[in-house]
Amino acid sequence: MTAVPAQPAPRTRSVPGSGWTVVAAKEFGDHLLSARFFVLVIVLGLAAAIPLYFAAAAIREVASGVTDTQAIFIALFWLAPDVGDQFTLPSVTGFMAYVAPLLGLAFSFDSINGERAQGTLPRLLSQPIHRDDVVNGKFVAGLAVIGLVLVTVVTAIAAFGIIRLGIVPAPAEILRIVLWVLLTFVYVSLWLAFGMLLSVAILRAATSALVGFGAWLLLTFFGGLIVSLIGGIIAPVAGTAEEALRNNGTQEALRRLLPDTLYREASLSLLNPQVTSVSTPATIGSYEQAQQRIPSLLSLDQSFILVWPQVVALVAMTVACFALAYVLFMRQEVRA
Amino acid sequence: MSASPGRIAPKKRPGRRLAAAPTAPSVGATGIDAPSDSIRIRTRGLTKRYDDLVAVDHLDLDIHAGEIFGLLGQNGAGKTTTILMLLGLTEPTSGAARVVGLDPSRGPLQVKRRVGYMPDSVGFYGDLTGRENLRYTARLNRIPAELTETTIDEVLDQVGLTDRADDKTDTYSRGMLQRLGIADALVKDPDVLILDEPTTAIDPLGVTEVLELLRRLVRERGMAVLLSSHLLNQVQSVCDRIGIFASGKLIGQGTMEQLAARFGDGRREVEVGLDLPQGADDRHAREVLRKVPGVESLDDGPRPGDPWTLTVAPGSDPAAVRSAVLAAVAAEGLPLASIRAVLPSLEDVYRRAVARPATAAAARPRPSNEDTPAAEDTPAADARADLDRVPAAAPPPVRVVAPDPVEPVTLPSDPPSPEEKP
Ligand SMILES: Nc1ncnc2c1ncn2[C@@H]1O[C@H](COP(=O)(O)OP(=O)(O)OP(=O)(O)O)[C@@H](O)[C@H]1O
Ligand SMILES: [Mg+2]
Repeated sequence: MTAVPAQPAPRTRSVPGSGWTVVAAKEFGDHLLSARFFVLVIVLGLAAAIPLYFAAAAIREVASGVTDTQAIFIALFWLAPDVGDQFTLPSVTGFMAYVAPLLGLAFSFDSINGERAQGTLPRLLSQPIHRDDVVNGKFVAGLAVIGLVLVTVVTAIAAFGIIRLGIVPAPAEILRIVLWVLLTFVYVSLWLAFGMLLSVAILRAATSALVGFGAWLLLTFFGGLIVSLIGGIIAPVAGTAEEALRNNGTQEALRRLLPDTLYREASLSLLNPQVTSVSTPATIGSYEQAQQRIPSLLSLDQSFILVWPQVVALVAMTVACFALAYVLFMRQEVRA
Repeated sequence: MSASPGRIAPKKRPGRRLAAAPTAPSVGATGIDAPSDSIRIRTRGLTKRYDDLVAVDHLDLDIHAGEIFGLLGQNGAGKTTTILMLLGLTEPTSGAARVVGLDPSRGPLQVKRRVGYMPDSVGFYGDLTGRENLRYTARLNRIPAELTETTIDEVLDQVGLTDRADDKTDTYSRGMLQRLGIADALVKDPDVLILDEPTTAIDPLGVTEVLELLRRLVRERGMAVLLSSHLLNQVQSVCDRIGIFASGKLIGQGTMEQLAARFGDGRREVEVGLDLPQGADDRHAREVLRKVPGVESLDDGPRPGDPWTLTVAPGSDPAAVRSAVLAAVAAEGLPLASIRAVLPSLEDVYRRAVARPATAAAARPRPSNEDTPAAEDTPAADARADLDRVPAAAPPPVRVVAPDPVEPVTLPSDPPSPEEKP
């Protein structure tokens, strides 16, 4: 041992920037090259293409007899086409409501426990980054991929519409579609954050995938059923008209706890200018008012005001999920 | 494995270490952070509890620049927990640590920038190649892009993985993963290297290479290395000092000789090999050696023709006895083939050391709770104060920690735990 230097000076020459960007860049690259990315794009593309095809057919039928083509293009997204006898396909937005959660879950259910399983977490955390850089970076990478997928799919739909319908969307329609994509983005982010939470809380990736899948089934397909069941017990729609309306309101409030409901309501009123209200009237008076209202197209900002509460609720749920995942991860043992 | 011996020669890394930068004001800077301090890792009263299990119990450790320190201990003794606390990956329950003069729980980033760590079950992203994995590490360490590739080539070469560097790590064997783990720890050009069981799966020649690499890094770059291992002969061959853990306590630390003196059975031996023809009469030679002053007895080796073992009488200096043996051999013209001092193997020392605390703890009068009020708080507070009060001059590089039973009363001691009551 020769003359030992003092505590060596910290390296001064290094690239600036923060850890989460490095993590996010790596994760984003991984996602793009992953098999699940391709599978999801294909599944989502198909899920959109089928209703799209029938919706376009239906619109062409209608549009040929109608001179006022206002907001006809956008019907591509919300029109639930009838195919054959009594069978209605979900609209593009309906399909999106089913598939979007899977999109979010797929990019996050194994983000942390996957690192644990591979044995890369201690190594990653011993690099000079903050611990939260890992969750933040992964979340941002997930958001980026989701954004990419959504923009790709929606652009494809719009291109299809322009070619198939021969209608160029009006600026207001484009704006509505952009807003709807943003809304969908928020909805998928919620599931991304939820998947992140699962990946932190559940140590095995397979288990967290299963739990995520279960939550998706429950909330998306049986959620309405369960909520009506509970609602029917605590607030049955019966008695006088006033009472029935009030109880109906209660049931609706319950349904609004479901992110699925929030998303469907909001996307419908964003895309369809004819939707003037997303809630059942609270009194007989307002019910009558609604009956007397002349069917009219809402302006964009009116639609926006209508969906504002839903958007806020979705964002709040996303933030809550992510915050929980974040806190759990910060408190977790490195080897667990 | 394509690793060929001699590939390990460390090269200079031009431009990577910029000298003459002023030492950054470090977290909690006081005495311990003085620039002349050669201590790279220091802990005082470092303690980690998991519920009622004390994983690490008031650990005092000093590791200097330019030395390799080996941590030994049974499974669950607390080695990994100690390492995680040194990296700031686990919060200590009490006590304090300084790594490169910084507090790992308050300035973890600066610490992690300068400490290379290889975890015990090291893993890599299986769908990336070895090189890509290292590139990610380099990026996380903010190594400038123009230095990244040369650095990666160099560390891959040092661990003998160049040939497989562009294969996905999914296809690596366990030993190759460990080699890559060592390369990964070296990418950031660390000042301190912490390796948790680094060589368990590496082949014998590879281990020799790795140990040689560690010695060179220590010698040429003044790195401090802390490694935990269960492979005692490796530890014995490469470590300057060794610390033995048992149930969270450091029951002994020091050089091999110091540990042998403390935990050995007190037998000191000299091994003498004579080049006698097969079946020759060796009675004269035996007589001569037996009569050397300070030799207590002479024993044959396990097989005929093996070197003889001379036991040094209590009170005699083994070195003097060796000289005397040499003189006698020369005077009598015996055909000497070999002579060496026999040190107890680390395995013997370890076995005794680990067996000891159980009996010691049983014999030790445990303080009652009334005698040590606030036993939980004061030792930690003392430890912190102590940690910052340490003078700039490096303490003697080696010392043997006194065993628990004879330690002064001021030593932090835990309240009696229920299961230890008679
Ligand atoms: N997250 C945890 N929760 C509770 N106890 C833990 C936790 N992590 C470790 N321990 C306990 O702490 C003790 C020390 O563990 P540690 O991993 O430090 O041992 P070790 O010396 O590294 O063992 P090995 O030689 O097997 O690697 C063990 O008894 C272990 O059970
Ligand atoms: Mg361990």
